[in-house]
Amino acid sequence: MINLLQIFGKKTFAHGIHPDEYKETSQKITRRLAFPTKVSLPLAQSIGKPARAIVHKGQYVQRGELIAEADGFMSVPLHASVTGIVAAIELVLTAKGNKELAIILETSLSSGQAVLKSATKNIASMSRTELIQAVQNMGMVGLGGAAFPTHVKMSIPNDRNIHTVIVNGCECEPFLTTDHRVMLEQVQNLILGIQIALKCVDAETAIIGIENNKPDVLEAIKSHLANETNITVVAVETKYPQGAEKMLIKSLLGVEIPSKGLPSEIGLAVFNVTTLAQIGTLMPLSQPLIERIITITGDNLRKSGNYIVPLGTSLGHILNHADFFGNEAELILGGPMMGMAAASLDVPITKGTGAVLVLDKRATKDDEIMPCIKCSLCLQACPINLNPSELGQLAAKRRYDVMEEQYNLNDCFDCGCCSYVCPSNIPLVQYFRIAKTLNRERHRQNG
Amino acid sequence: MANKNPKIDLRTSPYIRRAPTVAQIMRNVVYALIPLIIFATVHFGISALALIIVTTLSCVITEHLFCKLAHKPTTIKDFSAVITGILLSMTLPAGFPLWMGVVGGFVAIGLGKLLFGGLGFNVFNPALVGRAFLQAAFPVSITTWTPTHVADRFVDFIPSTLALPFMRPVDTTTWTSQVAIDGFSGATPLALMKFQGIITENSALFFGTVTGSIGETSSLLILICGAYLVFRNMLDWRIPVAVIIGTAIAAELFHAFNPQAPQALFMLLSGGLMFAAVFMASDMVASPVTPLGIFIFGLLVGFLTVTIRLYGALTEAVMYAILFANAATPLIESYTQPKIYGARKKPKS
Repeated sequence: MINLLQIFGKKTFAHGIHPDEYKETSQKITRRLAFPTKVSLPLAQSIGKPARAIVHKGQYVQRGELIAEADGFMSVPLHASVTGIVAAIELVLTAKGNKELAIILETSLSSGQAVLKSATKNIASMSRTELIQAVQNMGMVGLGGAAFPTHVKMSIPNDRNIHTVIVNGCECEPFLTTDHRVMLEQVQNLILGIQIALKCVDAETAIIGIENNKPDVLEAIKSHLANETNITVVAVETKYPQGAEKMLIKSLLGVEIPSKGLPSEIGLAVFNVTTLAQIGTLMPLSQPLIERIITITGDNLRKSGNYIVPLGTSLGHILNHADFFGNEAELILGGPMMGMAAASLDVPITKGTGAVLVLDKRATKDDEIMPCIKCSLCLQACPINLNPSELGQLAAKRRYDVMEEQYNLNDCFDCGCCSYVCPSNIPLVQYFRIAKTLNRERHRQNG
Repeated sequence: MANKNPKIDLRTSPYIRRAPTVAQIMRNVVYALIPLIIFATVHFGISALALIIVTTLSCVITEHLFCKLAHKPTTIKDFSAVITGILLSMTLPAGFPLWMGVVGGFVAIGLGKLLFGGLGFNVFNPALVGRAFLQAAFPVSITTWTPTHVADRFVDFIPSTLALPFMRPVDTTTWTSQVAIDGFSGATPLALMKFQGIITENSALFFGTVTGSIGETSSLLILICGAYLVFRNMLDWRIPVAVIIGTAIAAELFHAFNPQAPQALFMLLSGGLMFAAVFMASDMVASPVTPLGIFIFGLLVGFLTVTIRLYGALTEAVMYAILFANAATPLIESYTQPKIYGARKKPKS
């Protein structure tokens, strides 16, 4: 089908919403946060299988040392994010709300915190398989928030050919600015990461998609692309959820990923900019992923900004250093549309955490839930073109099977646009999440 | 000094919301109706104003009482009953007895809305349910038209307005012949067209210098009020536009076969069509939500209106057209579910 919007020269997708941006931290240079005295590293850092711990209590580990190995192909290894002593291997509370097994390291503050040295790599001479193996060995996952093991994404089945790599630099969620900083501060590493990704998936060209609210980034990247003829950068409309891969692909190329399919089905592979920049930074040095850049932003913070923190740093440590002075807050790991609220200050930063967002009561006042007045605003917001109004009414009646079979519930990817626009304050996406979970359970029981 | 022990709130995403609430939307619809209320008062005098107030109060009180009877918190604060009351009164003649307005309001809210389960669950536009009841119960009063711009309209009520409940209303013929400046025919433009073959000038219809139900006479003012709501993003412009397109196509079609039938512009500007297109058909609850469904709904309303106007026994057609389309809404929706992103072709079974 012809995309009308593209005829008028606007790179975008249909529907979506325009929340206020709140990207005040986008001009703050990335700095390093002081080391915490303790880190807790859950073994499940990706959406794949958890890693297997290979250290024991009391063991001394150096920063960058392997402490848990990958448990099969759908798993990534875990490395020590500080130099110190294994204090415990125990259950800790995570952002998901459950308790998971984690390795607790007590930082030895007297040590220099130097990263374990290993032989540098000559990337140009490495084969495709060696590159993908190196990506797994460094413990890389999608840093945009999905935490999908990157090496799995790079291992394209033999019957599929990838022609283009899409580099996702949209950062469409309000408040978040880590991708913005990475694209400004690490352009060279990003380009190297893109070249590695191209080799891994055996594609010729790459397109970097960036929302047009970041002109400084567009400028910076363009100036570095003079010698990279196979990489282009394209500005897309600033609109949520532009950074969802389905939406970005539609905006850039005008094509759609078939329902419940993968981008590889139409010859595409999508990677987040920060993920590729990290690969470009770490791989030549043979270093693993042990820290990440996060945005610390929101209300009642004296020192908001973009910070590099060791994995496993607790929220409490971060709030303390960002000088949080409020009395009551919602602590959100990720953006305000899709992030996870943490229940405790002990919750650690994991590989998939891109931000700590602190929200005061203001935007979060809970109004009364009214009946659906069928205003159709949710239909006009849903980027997948679902019928959230009907789905919401079915959910209220617990007709979860009908939602799945007749109203494409499983195409919903939790973007939250429907809840955002609902004048009746109906928690639509929240209903849908419950429905999907219960459906999965039902299918499992039925075999 | 950083606070190391804040109280932590916990919810699930999304954490931000930017939407007008239902009450805000409803309040803005009331604002948009205020110019029409003023115009009706200027045009028809205090009888019209009294009818609007009484009918609206009847709706609000009915809603409040029903909520009390059901032991539920009252829902009058969402303003939807106010809208129903104003909309209902707008479709009545200026001299309509007030007590009948009270009955209309009671039926509109009680039968049209609350018996279905209240706001969000009504199948039909409540105001039109009320009007349909009045049309059946009081066929004479609802088609007794009085002249506009009567000299004493801000001081004296039209005699029929203050009729006692359940008594035969005062005959207004004598009064009309006294106050009317020149030969007032007592007929609306639609009735003139239907029974006498006289087509009123479009400019008169557009600016509203004709007689008719109190809120429907000026198409210009209705369009301005509608534009305000569209601008505030509180009215789905697709419904009025589809109704207008449907009416225009149907009118031209009938006109092509029968030159006696009026053309599209007359059909659009006369009767309650413009008012119904902007304020009645667009009732969110009783109209489809799907994009294609909205369009089909509008076309259906337009097409039925023209057909009933030309071939039905009554002059007021748009009300029945909308009620019929309301009833067809679930059917329309089930056939017009949107095509999702990346939809695969269904395997042939």
